[in-house]
Amino acid sequence: MYGKGLRTLSIATVLVMGAAATLTFFYAPLDADQGVIQKIFYLHVPLAIVALCGFIAGGVFAIQQLRTGGREWDMRSYVAIHLSLVLAVGALITGSIWARASWGHWWEWNEPVLVSFLIVFLLYCCYQPLRFSISDPERQARYASVFAVAAGAFVPINFAAVRMATAHVHPRVFGTTTGGMPTRMWETFLVALLGMALLFITLWKTELTAKSSREQLNRLRRRLAPETDEAAPPLAGHEAEQPPTEPVPAH
Amino acid sequence: MTLRAALAILRKDLAIELRTRQSVPAMVLFSVTVFVLFHFGLDRDELDGPLASGVLWVTLLLATVLAVNRLFASEREDGALEGILLAPIDRTSVYLAKAAALFLYLVVFELVALPAFAILLLGPNLLDAFPALLAILLLADVGLAALGALVAGLAAETRARDLIVPLLLLPLLVPLLISAAKASQPLLALQPRAHELGKWLGFLALYDLVFVLLAVAVFDFLLED
Repeated sequence: MYGKGLRTLSIATVLVMGAAATLTFFYAPLDADQGVIQKIFYLHVPLAIVALCGFIAGGVFAIQQLRTGGREWDMRSYVAIHLSLVLAVGALITGSIWARASWGHWWEWNEPVLVSFLIVFLLYCCYQPLRFSISDPERQARYASVFAVAAGAFVPINFAAVRMATAHVHPRVFGTTTGGMPTRMWETFLVALLGMALLFITLWKTELTAKSSREQLNRLRRRLAPETDEAAPPLAGHEAEQPPTEPVPAH
Repeated sequence: MTLRAALAILRKDLAIELRTRQSVPAMVLFSVTVFVLFHFGLDRDELDGPLASGVLWVTLLLATVLAVNRLFASEREDGALEGILLAPIDRTSVYLAKAAALFLYLVVFELVALPAFAILLLGPNLLDAFPALLAILLLADVGLAALGALVAGLAAETRARDLIVPLLLLPLLVPLLISAAKASQPLLALQPRAHELGKWLGFLALYDLVFVLLAVAVFDFLLED
């Protein structure tokens, strides 16, 4: 049910990401202060923005889950959060590399965006341990949703607190004293952001398709041969521990 | 009705705590131990300013984790939670009672831990900081209680409960730690003064408001079986 339009979406993603890479290296001007390392901006910032939006989307899906009780909303929320976690790792690593190259430190505590991103990341790292330590699938969905809603509300508050606590020392690519980025940088950035967002949606849909078809397959298999369940030890043994709809998180 | 039920559960929790003396004494002992650890870890006899404020608040947060771990202990035993859920009461009352119990534990705990901190580690006189520090503590306790009870509810049904509570609670408390520690810093300095106190108290109040409302809204879903 999630597979519809996946092919078009994948092709669009490849095209836009390819365009973004081309623009990054051949169209966007070289930064006067930072040189070629500034190009990581077109990867790092889209990663971070899409990851944060994914966390928020996970919270919105979780609200839907709590309101309707539908398991499919929980799946959407779960997949969105776990993909965002993967992107967040990427954002932290690229941010660290950029910080090292332009300020000389691997980590910069005076940068509120970086610090609050780390805190949000640490919080969401707890999502999967919480989720997989609850065995009942229905309760798992509800508890995970409650966590996703609370964490989604936490993101802006945390950002505000960290920002208030930090002395601003790094006006950077956005809003420099000379008046913002050149148009060509903006255009490249927007294409890169679009590409990253498309990549996220494609991956999200792919994983949901895989999960729902596996669920369907399990259902059909059980209906076909109720007795053979014991005959298939790997599946039967696994399912006694965990609900069949919950595969081990695939990073 | 909700409030009466909440008061009944709160009375039960306080009676258990008074007779078994589990959470609060453990928190006090823990905090004194942590002060000793900081004394040796930092190799300092007296602290002031940012260092004092940081040591105090990190210790209070870690001690809160102990109480949060125990918050649903009596409900987990012998299916007591099912008993409460069978009663024709609003589920929110369970949350309100637990948060109120945690708030009271924290207040009593701080009544002992704060003087202990002043005697063991604090350089400047604690009394100079007092009225402002009291306001910070009370607002922070509301936030700690609101989130602590929510996280306790979230973790109560999980297998790895003792691991989940600190991992979940501490990141959620970072904004609270930032504002409380920032607000206390100038108060615990060698020349105590209030600097940006209103800003941080306002932020703490906002944080409390958001998470109390949020927890009341979502807690029902944790008890829905």
